[in-house]
Amino acid sequence: MSIVTVQLGQCGNQIGHEVFSAFCSDIRGTHGLCSKKENESYQDSCKERFFCEEESGVPAARAVLVDMEPKVISQTLSMAASSGLWKYNSHSHFCQKQGSGNNWANGYSVHGPRHKEAIMNLVQKEAEKCDRLGGFFTIMSMAGGTGSGLGAFVTQCLRDAFPTSFILNHVIWPYGTGEVIVQNYNSVLTLSHLYQSSDALLVHENDVIHKICAQLMNIKQISFRDVNQVIAHQLGSVFQPTHTAGGGSGYSRNPLGDLMEALVPHPEFRMLGLRNIPQVPETSLPYSTFSWPGLIKHLRQMLIANAQMEEGIDWQVRPPQPGSSMPSTNKPLHFNTSIANLVILRGKDVHSVDLGSFQDPSLYTSWLNPQDAFNAWRTPRAFNKYEKSASLVSNSQFLLKPLDSIVGKAWNMFASKAYLHQYTKFGIQEEDFLDCFTTLEQVISSYTNL
Amino acid sequence: MTQSVVVQVGQCGNQVGCRFWDLALREHAAVNKKGIYDEALSSFFRNVDTRSGDNGPDIDKGKICSLKARALLIDMEEGVVNEILQGPLRDVFDSKQLITDVSGSGNNWAVGHKIYGCQYRENIVEKLRKTAEHCDCLQCFFIIHSMGGGTGSGLGTFVLNLLEEEFPEVYRFVTSVYPSGEDDVITSPYNSVLAMKELNEHADCVLPIENESLFEIVNKIHQMVNSGKLGSTVKPNSLVTSSAGSAKMLQEKPFDAMNNIVANLLLNLTSSARFEGSLNMDLNEISMNLVPFPRLHYLVSSLTPLYTLADVNVPSRRLDQMFSDAFSRDHQLIQADPKHSLYLACALLVRGNVQVSDLRRNIERLKPSLHFVSWNQEGWKTGLCSVPPVGHSHSLLALANNTCVKPTFIELKDRFMKLYKKKAHLHHYLQIDGMEKSCFSEAISSLSDLIEEYNELDATKGGPRIDPSRLKIAV
Repeated sequence: MSIVTVQLGQCGNQIGHEVFSAFCSDIRGTHGLCSKKENESYQDSCKERFFCEEESGVPAARAVLVDMEPKVISQTLSMAASSGLWKYNSHSHFCQKQGSGNNWANGYSVHGPRHKEAIMNLVQKEAEKCDRLGGFFTIMSMAGGTGSGLGAFVTQCLRDAFPTSFILNHVIWPYGTGEVIVQNYNSVLTLSHLYQSSDALLVHENDVIHKICAQLMNIKQISFRDVNQVIAHQLGSVFQPTHTAGGGSGYSRNPLGDLMEALVPHPEFRMLGLRNIPQVPETSLPYSTFSWPGLIKHLRQMLIANAQMEEGIDWQVRPPQPGSSMPSTNKPLHFNTSIANLVILRGKDVHSVDLGSFQDPSLYTSWLNPQDAFNAWRTPRAFNKYEKSASLVSNSQFLLKPLDSIVGKAWNMFASKAYLHQYTKFGIQEEDFLDCFTTLEQVISSYTNL
Repeated sequence: MTQSVVVQVGQCGNQVGCRFWDLALREHAAVNKKGIYDEALSSFFRNVDTRSGDNGPDIDKGKICSLKARALLIDMEEGVVNEILQGPLRDVFDSKQLITDVSGSGNNWAVGHKIYGCQYRENIVEKLRKTAEHCDCLQCFFIIHSMGGGTGSGLGTFVLNLLEEEFPEVYRFVTSVYPSGEDDVITSPYNSVLAMKELNEHADCVLPIENESLFEIVNKIHQMVNSGKLGSTVKPNSLVTSSAGSAKMLQEKPFDAMNNIVANLLLNLTSSARFEGSLNMDLNEISMNLVPFPRLHYLVSSLTPLYTLADVNVPSRRLDQMFSDAFSRDHQLIQADPKHSLYLACALLVRGNVQVSDLRRNIERLKPSLHFVSWNQEGWKTGLCSVPPVGHSHSLLALANNTCVKPTFIELKDRFMKLYKKKAHLHHYLQIDGMEKSCFSEAISSLSDLIEEYNELDATKGGPRIDPSRLKIAV
């Protein structure tokens, strides 16, 4: 099954490029200790999922590039083409001349309706090229104007045009200390709208990835390219082919569907966080060895203690004692309650790894059986030169604090009415803001009371 | 890619404008090695096929034939514009893009605004339309003028009005040179306050500039050059010094160096819109992020470096120094004290090989010493443009919406009231058709309201931080 990616705005396009590059270099890279047959199956599956074979022999990414100004798209197209290993289809992009000015209302209410037909035509064309359409993956930031505003509008259009397809939004949360002054407004507007049309939101926070670059990857002068490459690695670790538990011998044919089934049992809870270990500088890779028990132990504690990376984990945090019926208000502080978790293992000896610790009922809310709340996907094929790699996609309270912080700051600004004239100019009124705040406070409340 | 049009009005406006075009050409020449007319160039220049004369068609792509500035030059006396047309830039200006007269405005806002405005209205609109037609996607008008005289101030603000009427969707950025206390034009307070009302109501963003600041900056450079201080030689081709050698500069053309600084400001402001980078900052984003309330659109600008550093590979320490400099009063283009006032918003546009981690490190470092308004504690807008300015490895432009402009406006109001109370020189204005006393009272009232808005914000400074309570959801 194939996935069509929609890259929106500067961030979406810059990351999208790194993601496809990562896929490409992974399938061309070392396959670790798995069999040649396994490897070929992996490569074919990845190619079918994300690329389209073209006559020239160079695979074309199944992607639509959208931006309201031309500079980033033209850079992205040429960077891909110059790699010689993959490219974007030369027609699958849409851009305008003047950007959205960091204005969500401009992206959503002006650019959206104006360019809906053109953009959806491109999406339709890409969808038709797929033998079987597995769903849509959109990449956007929520701080700016295009990715956020136009992205929210396009997501709605996707939902209307493809009511039975899966839609996963990959959303980048900006640095807490400003990239854009109105980023909190744009974020509130984006998240509340996406919640209506998307199946799930997979979130990456710039602050977190920045820390990984600084402390784990030892990068001195961190650029956006570095951040984007870590994000691409983490996304690749989720979306590259795997075997699902019950899935027979072949690679999973429906990754997005499997993801939704595993992680989103209830429509009120759609925020997914992602953790991937280990992360080491490329130069250190050949000298690093990891053991599965060690990795699993760390990953589990990262889940429980809501740690952002494998260093600095708080080992004191423990799940509540089993047996006692605990109302949520008495749960130990800092403990991260999960609704559902998905662990993805890649590389050497994956089939021998014991994941029982993730099925501990005390990690979860009581709604689902622990067997249903936890899923594992595996493949013996190594990913991106890591002999062993483990990822955790979690529907839990991971994003509760950051979400609360964004809503709080946005509310603070809203109370003073600052910048509102910039939004009302394009048709987003105070009442619209209030609706969005209400939606998100509801989400916050739901996650708090797990 | 979008285009911008520069409208330079009056003596000051045209002199600064002239420096802008010179520096813009040099910047593009340094970046554009192949002589191909590209999108970056098209933001300020047209490419005209002049082989068959000046009225040739525009060439959209391919080799550069003849670059014409997207500009409108307006002055009510001929001296300055004539000088430009005889100087090295004469081929850059389309002869049809000029509007001149002979007698000047006599330092009288009313003459510029009411008399010449009326007289030249159609002519101006027609020429503006022409310039707009040559643009694929016109995003912004830059008006350059001074506030204290008659033409720049009066006719300049008339044009501002026109732009809003005729092109309501296009942004209006105004670079205004404010008169100093010892200005030799006695009526400059009248002219400035009358112009302020127009700026309040019709501009999207105003970048106030004060000659005193420019003069101090130029002096500083002069001192550094002459004292031969280690590690701070001024490169002869840097865009801060003009084409003339720096020693002769101050004697022959004292305003050229000062005007270069303003020209640099405009170049840096538009750099991220013209060139690529990892975090683009377009002109519409500047207005969106820095203007929280419609009338509070006066931005304090500061620019670094003002003189070149000798080495090209500058280690991180020097980079951090650039950020510190941007927040020092020596680098500001108006006399104000942002550090002791309240920031409403701040934008940092960095050019050159600077990455996001450098930006964040410096923001963290500088934040504690700056006071931000309670509802915008992280009010930073940042942009990273990969192309550095000519002769430097990186540069930084800081634009701050800060209540420190209030004292400047209060002073202006005081100077106005001194004259107005005695009705000094009032008759020169009132005798003009269309001018009445109400024009004056409305103007001073507009200025007072503006000052009051800043006062209200200042009152919140340093007080206890009470966050408004959040919405409660029924569980």
